[in-house]
Amino acid sequence: MISQFFVLSQRGDNIVFRDYRGEVQKGSAEIFFRKVKFWKGDEGEDAPPVFNADGVNYVHVKVAGLLFVATTRVNVSPSLVLELLQRIARVIKDYLGVLNEDSLRKNFVLVYELLDEVIDFGYPQTTSTEVLKSYIFNEPIEVEAARLPPLGPAAMFMQGTKRMPGTAVTKSVVANEPGGRKREEIFVDIIEKISVTFSSSGYILTSEIDGTIQMKSYLTGNPEIRLALNEDLIIGRNGSSVYDYRNSAGAGAVILDDCNFHESVHLDNFDLDRTLMLVPTDGEFSVMNYRMTQEFKPPFRVNALIEEAGSLKAEVILKIRADFAPSITANTISVHMPLPKYTTRVSFELEPGAVGNTTDFKEASKKLEWGLKKAFFFFCSLSLSFFLLLWHIHNIQIVGGSEHTLRAKLTFSQESHANITKEAGPVSMTFTIPMYNASRLQVRYLQIAKKSRTYNPYRWVRYVTQANSYVARI
Amino acid sequence: MAPPVQSSRSPSPSPSQPSGKSEVSDLKLQLRNLAGSRAPGTDDSKRELFKKVISYMTIGVDVSSLFSEMVMCSATSDVVLKKMCYLYVGNYAKGNPDLALLTINFLQKDCRDEDPMIRGLALRSLCTLRVANLVEYLVGPLGSGLKDSSGYVRMVASIGVLKLYHISAAVCIDSDFPSMLKALFLNDTDAQVVANCLSSLQEIWTLEANTSEEAVREKEALLSKPVIYHLLNRIKAFSEWAQCLVLDLASKYVPSDSNEIFDIMNLLEDRLQHANGAVVLATIKVFLHLTLSMNDVHQQVYERIKAPLLTLVSTGSPEQSYAVLSHLHLLVMRAPILFSSDYKHFYCQYNEPSYVKKLKLEMLTAVANESNTYEIVTELCEYAANVDVPIARESIRAVGKIALQQYDVNAIVDRLLQFLEMEKDYVTAETLVLVKDLLRKYPQWSHDCIAVVGNISSKNVQEPKAKAALIWMLGEYSQDMLDAPYILESLVDNWDDEHSAEVRLHLLTAVLKCFFRRPPETQKALGAALAAGLADSHQDVHDRALFYYRLLQYDVSLAERVVDPPKQAVSVFADTQSSEIKDRIFDEFNSLSILYQKPSYMFTDKEHRGPFEFSEELGSLSVGEESADNVIQSRRFEASDNDLLLSTTEKEENKVPSNNGSAYSAPDFDVSSASLVAMPGHSESAVSIINLPTHAPESSSGIDDLLGLGLPATIPSPPPLKLNAKPVLDPGTFQRKWGQLPISLSQEESLSPHGTAALTTPQVLLRHMQSHSIQCIASGGQAPNFKFFFFAQKADDTAAFFLVECLINTSSAKAQIKIKADDGSASAAFSALFRSALSALGMS
Repeated sequence: MISQFFVLSQRGDNIVFRDYRGEVQKGSAEIFFRKVKFWKGDEGEDAPPVFNADGVNYVHVKVAGLLFVATTRVNVSPSLVLELLQRIARVIKDYLGVLNEDSLRKNFVLVYELLDEVIDFGYPQTTSTEVLKSYIFNEPIEVEAARLPPLGPAAMFMQGTKRMPGTAVTKSVVANEPGGRKREEIFVDIIEKISVTFSSSGYILTSEIDGTIQMKSYLTGNPEIRLALNEDLIIGRNGSSVYDYRNSAGAGAVILDDCNFHESVHLDNFDLDRTLMLVPTDGEFSVMNYRMTQEFKPPFRVNALIEEAGSLKAEVILKIRADFAPSITANTISVHMPLPKYTTRVSFELEPGAVGNTTDFKEASKKLEWGLKKAFFFFCSLSLSFFLLLWHIHNIQIVGGSEHTLRAKLTFSQESHANITKEAGPVSMTFTIPMYNASRLQVRYLQIAKKSRTYNPYRWVRYVTQANSYVARI
Repeated sequence: MAPPVQSSRSPSPSPSQPSGKSEVSDLKLQLRNLAGSRAPGTDDSKRELFKKVISYMTIGVDVSSLFSEMVMCSATSDVVLKKMCYLYVGNYAKGNPDLALLTINFLQKDCRDEDPMIRGLALRSLCTLRVANLVEYLVGPLGSGLKDSSGYVRMVASIGVLKLYHISAAVCIDSDFPSMLKALFLNDTDAQVVANCLSSLQEIWTLEANTSEEAVREKEALLSKPVIYHLLNRIKAFSEWAQCLVLDLASKYVPSDSNEIFDIMNLLEDRLQHANGAVVLATIKVFLHLTLSMNDVHQQVYERIKAPLLTLVSTGSPEQSYAVLSHLHLLVMRAPILFSSDYKHFYCQYNEPSYVKKLKLEMLTAVANESNTYEIVTELCEYAANVDVPIARESIRAVGKIALQQYDVNAIVDRLLQFLEMEKDYVTAETLVLVKDLLRKYPQWSHDCIAVVGNISSKNVQEPKAKAALIWMLGEYSQDMLDAPYILESLVDNWDDEHSAEVRLHLLTAVLKCFFRRPPETQKALGAALAAGLADSHQDVHDRALFYYRLLQYDVSLAERVVDPPKQAVSVFADTQSSEIKDRIFDEFNSLSILYQKPSYMFTDKEHRGPFEFSEELGSLSVGEESADNVIQSRRFEASDNDLLLSTTEKEENKVPSNNGSAYSAPDFDVSSASLVAMPGHSESAVSIINLPTHAPESSSGIDDLLGLGLPATIPSPPPLKLNAKPVLDPGTFQRKWGQLPISLSQEESLSPHGTAALTTPQVLLRHMQSHSIQCIASGGQAPNFKFFFFAQKADDTAAFFLVECLINTSSAKAQIKIKADDGSASAAFSALFRSALSALGMS
């Protein structure tokens, strides 16, 4: 039983506040915000998503920079409340098209309308975007999506590739196209997050892929959909030792450790031919989530080396090799590496042979910028307050098969006594690779039950891979 | 178009109040103008005004003064306007009960609207008014709402009954709404109506159960086989949230045989594949609770739920995965062996929040065994060099804990010693504390460790705990460390600069120990330390210095036996949580208790304990019928039984440090009862020191040595125990005693088959024990779990009571007995008596 629900902006302003049971005092939003902001002064730890203050339990999730909070005095199921908060955020996004502070402020009356139906006296009622449609009367006021920073996993399609209409996924389920007619289309996104840990010798210590098949349907009349996956897909490994690499043949079947499905999915034929049948409801939802620890080829090889070069100097060499087809490009890549605390100066040097470089050391910002003329602009910086080496590769895309090296010379203020490798690293990397998936899970076809001969809705099947925890130890 | 919630506005209403006020009066004027208008476009202008009002309400500006204007404007057919008006009215009606009356009229009218949605909306708003004197207007619309042809209206009405109950329980019960709900619950075709009826009924009957016998029966009826099967068979018809509700109810159901258990599990098997984590966890709870008494199946359940849980952990949002991981953490802690091959899943990722990392470190520690320790410790050592200092510290502690679990100690000690060479202050500090603990358990490693520890300059160690550990080692191994007396001497010289009393206490003891081993070199330091200690402003330090001084004056060799006796290695370090608390947390699976790692009674007040409450069991504890002559007021006892439980646990937790200390000299040496009994002949000061651990548990490690009195606990065999046949003890005193006394005996006892067969209701055991002069003060539970509190009184000493907590599980034929006694020396005799009485159950 939820007592109150509210949404706070990053600054702690109430954007929406709904009291369902009147059991918790009115100032709870302020108490909550103060708690979260100043969670235990020691070392700036994050507040956990669930905590108790004076007998009130505060449960919150962060979505699009906003805090979705529920309070209760009852010993509820935390998963239920967290799932519900996440779902409320998603339903709001379905209606508003874009979920952010601006759109929420413009449409708060509609949000109240939704909240009235989603929760009654603290008990969840319905969170189905489709069912809710018949109870919602406010028209969403659209927010210009282009000016806004991209949000959510679907937003990654807005950069890099021109094949997708960027605004398609940011339109409301209730809004109409300018032409007055709704465009019949369906989006199926295979989003994979990969975690890899390389040992100092480049050997893979752990690897895991967490994937989800996300669907967003704008089809009218609820046609049935068949989604076919790899025929040789295997689910569940025999025996509990999931980290047994010997059994996995390189190019063989895709083996998932485990997966779960959305409620609307019928699995009648799944064991037979790996087809999922469903009648997609309106709005965005995960058809299937899966987890894989089978050996796979990591998209990037990362090598990091730190060597002492004299008493107060050391050299760092970072090497990145893209291990995928040249037709694929990765973007928004950055590499982080913590440096010893007594580092005072860093100078960078990129690939040898690259001429026309300019370096600029800004004393005030303690950042070193290093630019390459022509089409590239690499950005390296040293943030001395965190003793972190950042290597952003912004305006260029790393093409499959290519290799990039960064050399950095460090100057220290004191001699290090201990092993320098214990003072620096590990190197972590973030990236996004559209139209690539490491697991080789495929949507073989997406079949929509035809209503008439001319009915041919747009189908978008898109793949993307993101780094979750991509770490190389030194 | 934009609402007046400018981002520049401060979140607190006070600065915006002045402008807010003038704007509110402005709004009032505009609303008044529009109220009667029928001009086209009025609704649009009204919408804009209403929006402004609602947005003020949201940011906390008081707009209650607009109440009558809002009501006047609400005569409209525009649904959006209606909804905004209802929202406003719901928010302010409580504070303006007189004005709320104005709204009744149009709400009642809307309740009879043609459109089911308007009917539903109006009914919901009517029920949210929360004004006690308006309930009479509620009964009619609610009654017809429950019978409405539209599922939407019935859905609203079924929750509306609960709202009415919270405004006026008497009106709700008198209008017979619960039985109408019950009828809907069993017959309605709309799944959400059924779910809402269930929510309402559960809440109403739980609250009513305190006063009404009927409500207790009704509540139990919800758990009857037909109801549970009716709901489970159509589980897929419910929304995912309603499924959670049904599954939670099912987890309390007690099936009659194992076939039923398997049927239910087969039926719910596919729920484990649900993408909603709340459904999966609720299903797991059902599985775990159903199989609790079937050991091997229970274990299979663990194997089955592992993969779904891991999937939820890795695919959800960070918040969701934290909630699931906490549950996984609980299961890992209960059965680490079952997860020992999954340890790689518990490796930390660099971008995880620290609350997740902490859980994972604990899990890694728990699953370590012969085969995976090397890899786990290697991984942990990586974290120890981490930039995240709190996690680095936790990682080092984890390494130490694994070493104490006895796997691969050799390699771990090497690594710990390598930590000391890293020369990071916090790493050194954590490692020193660990090396100290390791040496207490594995004295054979002293040689290797001391060589490294000896090289650490005490000047580089600042943290009190670490410094205390270093000083302890200096004292304990002073014969092996060449410099020990001189290092200690320099520390004594800087006595005034040492701010931590803990460190000063340790310094006193260490200097004295060093003195016994190397007297000529330490004499000077000892003198200085005792002088400084006697002048110390801290009471404990002063007392210890004085005690040492007098002890040395009295008899040096006795002092050595007291302060520096030969020691045995510690075999087990005490757990921080009692198993009773852990079990209770497990009972509350899929609730906040798991995240807080506390049972619910520690963080909620009684009325909000929710559907998971343990107090349900306790709430039904009834006072033993036969002991009516004991002047027991049952209500009073019921109200306090939670405190009783609370104080029990606290007591146990407080006891931990002292147990820890005693284990050092002699495992299983019971401080609380035996040491006092064994010491009566000794001097006053000695006895006061023996008492110390209970007074100052925080300085426990310093007292280790003091408890190391090699005195055997010879208790003269007690005279045959006679019990008073008619003891008198009122519940208040019982509770107080239970809270104050330490547990003198705790054991598990098997019951005879005829005993378990006879034990169908708590009353059976009550009468039986009474024939053995043991009275029951409270009892409760349902088969197979019963809980009793007994007491007895010595025949020859009216001040000596025995208190017993007895938990019986008839399906496993086990009884857990905890005995507390005023006279600890007689507790063994009493225990024998109690057990023989218990085993005689069912024989006569």
